Amino acid sequence: MRTVAVVGASLAGLSAARSLRKQGYDGRLVVIGDEPHRPYDRPPLSKEFLAGAIGEADLALERDDEDLRAEWVLGTRATGLDRAERAIRLADGRDIRADGVVIATGAAARTLPGTDGLAGVHVLRTLDDARALRDDLARGGRLVVIGGGFIGAEVASTAYALGLDVTVVEAAPTPLAGPLGETMGGIVSALHADHGVRLLCGVGVKGLSGEHRVDAVLLENGRGVPADTVVVGVGARPCVDWLRGSGIELDNGVKCGADGRTGVAGVIAVGDCANWYDPRAGAHRRVEHWTGAMERPDAAVAALLAHGATEPGVPRPPYFWSDQYGVKIQFAGHATGADSVTVEEGTTDDRCFLAVYRRAGRPVAVLGMNQPRLFTRWRKQLAAAP
Amino acid sequence: MMIPACRLADLPRGEAHRLDIDPPVSVFHTDDGELFAIDDTCTHQDASLADGWLEGCEVECPLHASKFDLRTGAVDAPPAKLPVRTHEVVVEDGMIHVRISTEAPNLPPCIAARLAGGPA
Repeated sequence: MRTVAVVGASLAGLSAARSLRKQGYDGRLVVIGDEPHRPYDRPPLSKEFLAGAIGEADLALERDDEDLRAEWVLGTRATGLDRAERAIRLADGRDIRADGVVIATGAAARTLPGTDGLAGVHVLRTLDDARALRDDLARGGRLVVIGGGFIGAEVASTAYALGLDVTVVEAAPTPLAGPLGETMGGIVSALHADHGVRLLCGVGVKGLSGEHRVDAVLLENGRGVPADTVVVGVGARPCVDWLRGSGIELDNGVKCGADGRTGVAGVIAVGDCANWYDPRAGAHRRVEHWTGAMERPDAAVAALLAHGATEPGVPRPPYFWSDQYGVKIQFAGHATGADSVTVEEGTTDDRCFLAVYRRAGRPVAVLGMNQPRLFTRWRKQLAAAP
Repeated sequence: MMIPACRLADLPRGEAHRLDIDPPVSVFHTDDGELFAIDDTCTHQDASLADGWLEGCEVECPLHASKFDLRTGAVDAPPAKLPVRTHEVVVEDGMIHVRISTEAPNLPPCIAARLAGGPA
């Protein structure tokens, strides 16, 4: 293999580039990114960066002394993959030929239809999104967050600390019920009320009102919630449109094996856009977690370099964290399919506890609030479980 | 500066003992029976490495995914970018002592600001 192109310059792309060099790949390495920025860390965008506690330099993912001997092609988007020519087409007209391709194009924030051009309405995914939102939050006033998932909750928490009047609107009866289950979703989202942030559940959003700038969020029950700034946090969709017609199978992202390989030789997928086969679950899963974007490229790159002649190891259970209202929330495993959840340590009332999810008596997931030490022990046990 | 940490008999293999000095330092007893001392605070964010995932000669921060090499202090992956200091460990009469490094520590931005007298 003489040229490998990594399409996507965020955590998954950078991790893949690092894996390539670590695993002895010595050829030409091209990293393509649609944003103009070098790889940066996204978790702080809804927290420390949004709050102004850290700056852009602190977000850099590369170390000062690091040299991946890569060619960085930034600020231009990949528009197609030509399988016969083994070339990546770029929006600026260039073609990059490569024997190996790493698809790491991530996911894009979902928006509300019909809200383009209305000032004060934000999504939060990129550094540029975060800069714009930070500027609007600095105006103070009323913030309405649409979506009570982790991003929405973190933004609400940060804005509350900045002194804004915050309302969170969630269409589902309980926020976070998807990742955490009903019971624990309710307990974690109770953090909002602890801090005087209004949480409106079980009501959809009909639209926004405002002339040039948003002035209210209109709910499906006919109510309007006044807003100076709105954040739409309703999930993300994988950025794979550029692969249509390339022969790469697309199904909720790039469909790939347990080792990240696609059906096309020499092409692997990593990060938020990759729908990996999970041998533990016996199903494909697309997991949008920071930890997966960092850890899984190792296996995919090994498969790419060995032309598939590797045995994929069993990945660690998915892990994610969130920081809200000063509480550290950690979760590992899969809550789906659990038939019980029990608090093993501490109490839910003081937001300091550890809960274990089980299926037929076997632990399948663990949730911690402000319990990093115990959580680590349980996470280790979960990884060791067959 | 030599600081007594704890009795060797009180620190089982696979465990860590934190010294509440400023900045805190932790002694790790690996599964192979080796002893190492490093700065306890992850260089990315305020987290105690003594609470982390110890495997071989590496400890993973309990919050995020950076792993530090107990022998060198080097960090393997983001979000941390800087190494932690390592300290010499001396066992005398069954007591673990740590000789604190004279290098400047690499502390996460929030802690560094506090120690410098700035806002936390």
